Amino acid sequence: MRFSFTPEQEAFRAGLRRLLEQRAPTTEARRLMETEAGWERESWRRLNQELGLTAVHIPEAYGGQGFGFVELAIVLEEMGRALLCAPYFASTALAATAILNAGTEADKQRLLPGIAAGDTIATLAFTEPNGRWDTGGVEATATRDGDGFRLDGVKSFVLDGHTADLIVVLARRPGTTGDAGLSLFAVAGDAPGLTRRALGVLDPTRKQARLELRNVAARLIGTEGAAAAPLAKTLSQAAACLANEMVGGAERLREDALAYAKLRMQFGRPIASFQSMKHKQADMLVEVELAKSAAYHAAAAADEDDAELPAFASLAKACASDTYMQTAIHAIQVHGGIGFTWDNDTQLWFKRAKSSEVLLGDATYHRELMMRAWIDGPSGGEGAPR
Amino acid sequence: MSAPAESPTEDAVRAEVRAWLAANWSPDLGLLEWRNQLIDSGWGAPHWPKDWYGRELPLALVSVVEEEFQRIGAVGVPKGGIRTLAAATLLAHGSDMQKQKFLRRILTGEDIWCQLFSEPGSGSDLAGALTRAEFKGNHWVVNGQKVWTTSAHKAHWGLLLARTDSDVPKHKGLSYFILDMRQPGVAVQPLRQMNGHASFNQVFFTDAMVPPEMLVSEVGTGWAVATTTLMHERRGADALRAWGAGSTRPGRIYDEERAEIATVMEPYKWYPQRVGRVEWVIERAKAMGRDHDPVVRQEIAKLLTLSKSAEWTARRARAAQELGRPQGPEGSLGKLVSSHVARAAARVHTLIAGAEAMLAGADGPVDGKIAEIFVSTPSASIAGGTDEIQRNIIAERVLGMPKEPRTDTDRPFRDVPKNVVG
Repeated sequence: MRFSFTPEQEAFRAGLRRLLEQRAPTTEARRLMETEAGWERESWRRLNQELGLTAVHIPEAYGGQGFGFVELAIVLEEMGRALLCAPYFASTALAATAILNAGTEADKQRLLPGIAAGDTIATLAFTEPNGRWDTGGVEATATRDGDGFRLDGVKSFVLDGHTADLIVVLARRPGTTGDAGLSLFAVAGDAPGLTRRALGVLDPTRKQARLELRNVAARLIGTEGAAAAPLAKTLSQAAACLANEMVGGAERLREDALAYAKLRMQFGRPIASFQSMKHKQADMLVEVELAKSAAYHAAAAADEDDAELPAFASLAKACASDTYMQTAIHAIQVHGGIGFTWDNDTQLWFKRAKSSEVLLGDATYHRELMMRAWIDGPSGGEGAPR
Repeated sequence: MSAPAESPTEDAVRAEVRAWLAANWSPDLGLLEWRNQLIDSGWGAPHWPKDWYGRELPLALVSVVEEEFQRIGAVGVPKGGIRTLAAATLLAHGSDMQKQKFLRRILTGEDIWCQLFSEPGSGSDLAGALTRAEFKGNHWVVNGQKVWTTSAHKAHWGLLLARTDSDVPKHKGLSYFILDMRQPGVAVQPLRQMNGHASFNQVFFTDAMVPPEMLVSEVGTGWAVATTTLMHERRGADALRAWGAGSTRPGRIYDEERAEIATVMEPYKWYPQRVGRVEWVIERAKAMGRDHDPVVRQEIAKLLTLSKSAEWTARRARAAQELGRPQGPEGSLGKLVSSHVARAAARVHTLIAGAEAMLAGADGPVDGKIAEIFVSTPSASIAGGTDEIQRNIIAERVLGMPKEPRTDTDRPFRDVPKNVVG
């Protein structure tokens, strides 16, 4: 169902929220964000094992729990709320999903159980220094070398790319352009010829890396030259996932700002009693609830493999992008001077909001994708709202 | 209302109403004749008290009854208009004499009602009403002015909120009356809106008379009674939308019902434009050749994001309600969100229209409908509670934010600053 969660899903959410409140307070985020890795293998392993989080949407045949995108979205919403520092989005939402979409049966058997168990941290390296989110921006090349391939090129904005054990790399057959000739490859994090550098990032709670590949040995995932369709699907699913992570953060900001407004006294009364504050809070509630509806709807569409997923996922990502950033701006403003200090936690989500707004394409980009589906689509906008 | 006995099962209710309809319904009956039979049977208003034409069925089973009526096309009691608010108010607060006199004729549809609450000087602040009722000799004498009164020019009866005491705080000095609209002291003038339609009226009282038995509840309790009326207003709007579609079947009784619906719906004929006509946007962009303009595409996508997420939020609220879960915040946002959608739709429609956005009437795009959207949508954020009042309600009731200190409730109404209105 697209408009409510089952009692089991609600219970799962409640349990996860409690666990994250205990184990991932913002003091922990502040400690980890100061490290170059941005997360810690041992503490992440312990937290992950409690609920089998990295296995949620991976089928049981590959060592997963066999749930769907709705459950994955619940995990991400709670992680976004807690601002958990872990390589979860990179490994589970991006890399595992790409392997599920593109891989052969043998690829899945080989690669997914390690990711599901949380032993292998994976990521998806598809963007390059040109910062494009579509396949047209891919310049990295894959040259056949015996049974395998050799990769050359530069990948950037790769989530947890400097710490991942397994990197799923998008590259093209030399001489091809656009969607043609694209393939996905598995590259070991310590492969010879791979140079990894942690980037200086705006949002230190989610690290990014730049990867230089020089004649790096790689193993094909799926069919050579046929990665465009599974990649597009992966990016739609990932946009739906990210939208859910973002609304979790937005709701936390909204709640924190509300709690602060009720406590803060000025002119002899709580600032929450001023209409300017009430109207801002009411607007924040409206925006966050609408973005949640869009995110939940997109996750359900991903779960059902709805043909409209590209439009629904882009709608949710555009909505979450605008809402998360606007809510963060309001939240800083509600906190006043203290909101501008390093010690106040609002700034952590403020930075995550901007980073997430841009990641996988900003609101403008996704609105254009929506219009391609609903105005220009092969059905002539058959699925467009009416 | 007496406590309802153990409620019957859905199957039992369905079987009973089906049998009664099989024995009694005929499309060849006159509307009034049929409704009188229906009212005596208790199936016309099945959730009403047994003493007053009902069966005390829970609301969940009322929909079963409605399904059976729809299944065979049987006509029901009128479901729209201020008369339904009058009935709800009288059932809660009316005297037996008032119920006796009015309820049956509300169900037959013979009487038309109007609501005399808003005034030129009190819109959002309804409790600031200045229209006064003074007891002189053996009746109440009413003087003042009301505004935004739908159907006043056709109404037989008005639900009147009037001030009976200015020496007490504002909410305590109000009383609620049933006023005979067809008397010399009542003058009705149409009120023309900025979109050119005149769906509402202004009503002027000059020594209008109300007999003492037409006071509802007691002197000074008018605000509590008015709150009952207002609580039913939103529900009434939903019922009206469903009922307003009417039946397309041929036959005398359907003709009579269609005429009745046309009268009730006449003031609302521009309402589809008021909510913004989002469903036209893509079609219009293509027709105007603007569908490849990147700015237009962005604006359309923003509008669709807003309207789809609003629709899904309403679905979440409904799903929670159907599952019997406590209502979350998503259920209180609809009014505010729909005015955002309307405003955004008006902007996008006029953007798509380009230079033609300057034209109206027969020369305007879509036979003037685009212009009508533009000049009708401002009412979405004002009527039925302004956006500002909605935000206060959300902040105070949903988010638990403290009320602002008030300066108008702790002193005699006489001393509260007021608008100067003619």
